[in-house]
Amino acid sequence: MKNSPLTAAMWGLLRRDLLLAWRRRSELLTTLFFFVIVAGLFPLGIGPEPATLRTIAPGVVWIAALLSCLLSLHRLFAVDYQDGALEQMLLAPQPLSLLVMSKVCAHWIAAGFPLVLLSPLLGLQFGLTGSTLWVLVCSLLLGTPVLSALGSIGAALTLGIRGSGLLVALLTLPLFVPVLIFGAGAVVSSDAGLGAEAHLSLLGACLVLATVFAPWATAAALRIALE
Amino acid sequence: MLDVRDLSCSRGDRTLFQALSFTLPPGTLLSVTGENGSGKTTLLRALCGLSPVDRGSISWQGRRIADAQQGYREQLAYLGHRNALKDDLSPIENLQAMACIFGQNLDPGSAESALHAVGLGRSCHILATRLLSEGQKRRVALARFWSCERPLWILDEPFTALDANSSRLLRNRLERHLTNRGIVVVATHEEIGIGAGTVQQLRLPG
Repeated sequence: MKNSPLTAAMWGLLRRDLLLAWRRRSELLTTLFFFVIVAGLFPLGIGPEPATLRTIAPGVVWIAALLSCLLSLHRLFAVDYQDGALEQMLLAPQPLSLLVMSKVCAHWIAAGFPLVLLSPLLGLQFGLTGSTLWVLVCSLLLGTPVLSALGSIGAALTLGIRGSGLLVALLTLPLFVPVLIFGAGAVVSSDAGLGAEAHLSLLGACLVLATVFAPWATAAALRIALE
Repeated sequence: MLDVRDLSCSRGDRTLFQALSFTLPPGTLLSVTGENGSGKTTLLRALCGLSPVDRGSISWQGRRIADAQQGYREQLAYLGHRNALKDDLSPIENLQAMACIFGQNLDPGSAESALHAVGLGRSCHILATRLLSEGQKRRVALARFWSCERPLWILDEPFTALDANSSRLLRNRLERHLTNRGIVVVATHEEIGIGAGTVQQLRLPG
């Protein structure tokens, strides 16, 4: 299995993208700082009332995660497009959608997963405790890969267009809405003492759908962008 | 064998080329010349299946490339006018990454010998690619053709930025490929001066 061309291509591309992300880690740190700062400013602006903070916590952390994910999305294919590597990916014998899946995976590991790791700290800052904190982490763990996958469609559609950063946001934010509702909803209902299972399983369903369909749509958009 | 029949392509209102037909049997080099903007790159990208064409057909071994898809892409190696190199990776890492995309594992030793073959010294192998000169970058991009077994090569101005010595190395490599019954399509501005195989000329009208 290790030597099959498809695994070599997918695994190799994932490793290459992670290596590139590591060599340019300042960019990723920027998005991470953005996440912390946006979520950190709310308590300062709204005031230290614990009940209020607990109420807004799920929405604020989720919106901050969503925005910081958007910050790094428009670069997902732009660099490969400019230096010609994307052209070579289109010519590779391996299915483009699977190569896209590798790139999305790398984007999530580099830009999404650190947010999940930081989220308990931010949750504590808003006074979330115990199981609610866990639900926050779980909802982000299920939700951020969906953001990367859906975002890749927007990044591919706006390839080579001027001002693509803003356009990616306009295109993908509506797609992110269900993820935001289910993700923040899971934390809210857990905090209210209701089970979070329903919301989390809906998020899981989003993740499955996005993993199956998004790379395929992204691949189609990339072929059009490179014509 | 690459067979092109009645190929036409336009961009916007402008017709780039019309009713283009040629057949390239094994051991043939097609040199595509023409002024800047005459459609050389478009033709080469169309031959790769990247750009759409208005009319006509491109067939490889008797099958249209639009139908063959993956089977055709396994036979093809393409170098665009951009080098597809990552500035932050070293030349060795770049060659390995490129091999990965095509589903091969390239060990550092083979990558090094490929770089040696294009005349890049050991001191360049571990530098970040952004520190190399344009000519050196072009050589790194060409290095993957040294171990390339694919029969059809499509090269977009491969001699750009190369010095006399590396141009000679590339010529030798192309001649070796033609002797091995490979097919090469080159867009170029200069006389290539290949001494092996058969050379066909195609001049695109401006």
